[in-house]
Amino acid sequence: MAIPKKLREFDVVRDDEKCIRCEVCCRMCANDVHSYDAETDKVSADSAKCVGCHFCEDVCPTEALVIKRNKSQIKRNANWKNDALGNIIKQANTGGVVLIGMGNDRPIRDYFGHIVLNASQVTNPSIDPLREPMELKTFIGSKPDRIELVEKKSKIKNTTEIPPQLELETPVLFTAMSFGSISLNACKSLAKAACDFGTYWNTGEGGLHKDLYPYAHRCIVQVASGRFGVDREYLKKGAAIEIKIGQGAKPGIGGHLPGEKVSAEISSTRMIPEGTDALSPAPHHDIYSIEDLRQLIFALKEATDYKKPVGVKIAAVHNVAPIASGIVRAGADFVVIDGIRGGTGAAPQIIRDNVGIPIELAVAAVDQRLREEGIRHRASLIAAGGIKSSGDVVKAVALGADAVYIGTAALVALGCHLCQRCYTGKCNWGIATQDPYLTKRLNPEIGAKRAYNLLRGWSLEIKEMLGGMGINAIESLRGNKEQLRGVGLHEKELELLGIKHAGEAW
Amino acid sequence: MRKRLIPDIDYRVPSACGVTGIMNQKGELFSGEAIYASICNMLERGNGLGSGFVAYGIYPELKDYWCFHIMYENEKAKENTEDYLKRNFGIKHSEPIPTKKVKSLKFIPLLWRYFLGIEKNVESAEDYIIKVVMDINKEIEGAFVFSSGKNMGIFKGVGNPDEIGEFFRVPEYKGYIWVSHNRFPTNSVGWWGGAHPFGILDWSVVHNGEISSYGVNKRYLENFGYFCTLSTDTEVITYLFDLLVRRHKIAFETVGNILSAPFWSQIERIENKEERELLKTLRMVYGPALVNGPFSVIVANSSCMVGLNDRIKLRPLVAATKGDFLYISSEEAAIKIVSPQLDKVWMPRAGEPTIGKLM
Amino acid sequence: MGDKKINKPRRIIIREEYCMGCRLCEVWCIVAHSKSKDIIKAYKGQEPRPVSGIYFEERGAISFTLQCRHCEDAPCLEACLTGAMYRDKKTGMVLHNKDKCVGCWMCIMACPYGVIKPDFKEKKVASKCDLCIEREFPACVEHCPNEAIILVNKKGERIDKE
Ligand code: SF4
Ligand code: SF4
Ligand code: SF4
Ligand code: SF4
Repeated sequence: MAIPKKLREFDVVRDDEKCIRCEVCCRMCANDVHSYDAETDKVSADSAKCVGCHFCEDVCPTEALVIKRNKSQIKRNANWKNDALGNIIKQANTGGVVLIGMGNDRPIRDYFGHIVLNASQVTNPSIDPLREPMELKTFIGSKPDRIELVEKKSKIKNTTEIPPQLELETPVLFTAMSFGSISLNACKSLAKAACDFGTYWNTGEGGLHKDLYPYAHRCIVQVASGRFGVDREYLKKGAAIEIKIGQGAKPGIGGHLPGEKVSAEISSTRMIPEGTDALSPAPHHDIYSIEDLRQLIFALKEATDYKKPVGVKIAAVHNVAPIASGIVRAGADFVVIDGIRGGTGAAPQIIRDNVGIPIELAVAAVDQRLREEGIRHRASLIAAGGIKSSGDVVKAVALGADAVYIGTAALVALGCHLCQRCYTGKCNWGIATQDPYLTKRLNPEIGAKRAYNLLRGWSLEIKEMLGGMGINAIESLRGNKEQLRGVGLHEKELELLGIKHAGEAW
Repeated sequence: MRKRLIPDIDYRVPSACGVTGIMNQKGELFSGEAIYASICNMLERGNGLGSGFVAYGIYPELKDYWCFHIMYENEKAKENTEDYLKRNFGIKHSEPIPTKKVKSLKFIPLLWRYFLGIEKNVESAEDYIIKVVMDINKEIEGAFVFSSGKNMGIFKGVGNPDEIGEFFRVPEYKGYIWVSHNRFPTNSVGWWGGAHPFGILDWSVVHNGEISSYGVNKRYLENFGYFCTLSTDTEVITYLFDLLVRRHKIAFETVGNILSAPFWSQIERIENKEERELLKTLRMVYGPALVNGPFSVIVANSSCMVGLNDRIKLRPLVAATKGDFLYISSEEAAIKIVSPQLDKVWMPRAGEPTIGKLM
Repeated sequence: MGDKKINKPRRIIIREEYCMGCRLCEVWCIVAHSKSKDIIKAYKGQEPRPVSGIYFEERGAISFTLQCRHCEDAPCLEACLTGAMYRDKKTGMVLHNKDKCVGCWMCIMACPYGVIKPDFKEKKVASKCDLCIEREFPACVEHCPNEAIILVNKKGERIDKE
């Protein structure tokens, strides 16, 4: 039988007039798409191998290359699209689970895109952030609901103990991405940018490589089900600890770093033998209920002398609000909610595309629930999964988040073009790979600068938006749903988000 | 058709206004003529859609009783409310609030005052009163309690301050603190209850501004059992003062550092470490109580009168003293008309409270 | 583009850990030394294509590029019989004057880095990095996508293109 091998996703289009046969593309594509034939003096492409990362397009000195989506189409069919067909062909070939990288790419409603912001006109002056102070300082950690002040010798003193806090200069942090899922150079880029800007980065479940020690004071160390690289030293080095229960891209699913990727460096950082698979079980096998979680939270607090905030990260699922409330009551200082658009290094595509709920709804629900229970101050709320712009940050904060985590956006700043092939280990941009030939493409000096620029650019934009609303401190935006309006949303959706429809006044 | 007293839609009404307050810090009583003259000197700061007065020390013979000023839309609302009051209080005395006919005023509600004693065993009288006021305002249709303190009273309505002052016979009362307000709401929903001052317990607040942090403040207050039924900025400010000063026992000076918190850059410049840490902690814990957007407010209770501006002083506020008198106002002219020869006149800085206390 | 003859000493620093082996530096070196300075014309037009002044070395994942080091104590200068190889007074660079070159290739023999390329046809020195003396910023440094080669001044401080 004629076996369909694969649906070709891309066409590599080369303008021969412009091509100077420099062979840069041939050398650079890790998927061996381009080749030069001296006999005919032609550079040609095997488009079927192309994953659409656009690296060659970027480095070609004459802009001779364009990567286009392949136009070859099956007969028009409202139900059967290339995606479905392609996956079935793959599975018929291999009999396995279809893997994928990055976040959900299906058109699940983007609520951020259906929310608009307010601005001041006449009755309330807008504020010009270039002339007036505009404050984004954010604290992550548990707060008391009030403080007791005493006056001693006409000096006012606070007698209430304040739990440990992370201090951020902008409400944006870099989310968990382990050394292993991304390269050390990518980790270094984000870690340095976080330190330079005054925010935090996250080790993911990959342990803390010694080259990253200089950035440990602004690092959130993760404790996941595999407990890779976790020891007392690790916990003490970080600024905060995050227990990872779930991840938006694959709620309920563990992780798997194949043995080929477990190099000497990764093996020593994760504290596992070189060449063995790094398996993170789906659940923590010591957490089968909320009381178990409470024990782990307090074990970690105990291990760090109650000096560091301990948070818990979960995927946004149907029951997210009560779960989050339970987590707060279990003693977490911050709760991370990762929505259905959250990214990953590798996940079964069927899970990534079908499990979980959008972050906008989850944040609104959790914030509302915690307020109703009067425990909102007891933990900070970090929203993650699908934050694409500073506008999304502002909307997430107004919906109730204290801060947001960004992952995909940060990687895009480092070059990622969302080809979703992170799991192959052949990332041409030097991000999702451990191949030394590829990782050196990401110069962490440049990476750090670019990630820093992203934080800076977004922060400036956030200030502009705040100024427009007549607000000069981010705390006056937090949960300020009056500043939001829905466009084209159903009544139920508006109710869940807790906002009015555009056209309605105060 | 009669205007509704209590709007059934929750509009937030942004407004720009004139505010003025006079306090005798020795507690000596003086007539309402002064405040009347002062507010009437700023008529152009309102548009006839609301004004009002508050006076402290006006009911000395009944000073131990909670005095409710209530407006009713109709007799039915009055009956229901009085039933409710009878069930929950001992009513020492009740009467219509004395008024004078002013031709230009329209749609006047029924206006009554009640002097009430709490006969039940309650844990905190203040919290009980707050609950009762919220109950009546939320549950009894057509009734609205607009003043609920002891030995003080709020008089307000839809009209210019000269009309409202004359209507309520303000110059005939004698008090030691007087505060008044002239309103310029930007939309036409003008109803008697929506005029300022706003009050709960012996708190009264007049305010000029529009709060852009309204949503945050409102949801923060809900945590502590305050429900903002009026959707006005003034209501939010009043509850914030009640929460911070009465319940959390924070001094006015410090409350200023919460509501109009200093900027981080200012805090970082403070040399004394303890002071710096305290301000940082206040902002960290009370961030949701930060009032953002332009405002100037005068807040009073039985023992103080305090003026406060937003953190970048986007609305005017002037203060002055003459002997035992403290004046706080939107305009210097409104002070000078009452007391042309002043000891001291100054512009309070952004976020710095001007505090008058009974000596 | 504000290209002017430079008159201050400068040096190229090689950071092999960031060289990704694309060889774009060579491409742009050729363009910079071509007649037209246009990439398509330099490669596909009628004009003779210059030879790049860069040596590229690669083994496995390790790669780097090498240009003339403009040695302080330059063996090629000593070796040159005709004075075709000379030192520029202002910049301290070691430059080559083709007109004086007789093609003895003594310089090539003497260079410890092996970065002078011979021209077999004309029997001359074909190319040698001149640190783009005509340009404000060397072409290879400007076009290296990963900053694997950078420019420093006399004190070793990095010079960035504005
Ligand atoms: S990089 Fe561009 S110019 Fe060079 S060979 Fe490839 S297509 Fe041609
Ligand atoms: S895989 Fe990437 S580098 Fe290779 S041809 Fe496709 S777009 Fe170009
Ligand atoms: S990180 Fe690399 S492999 Fe993953 S999507 Fe981005 S470019 Fe592709
Ligand atoms: S351009 Fe830069 S990265 Fe590319 S080969 Fe040259 S030195 Fe190496």
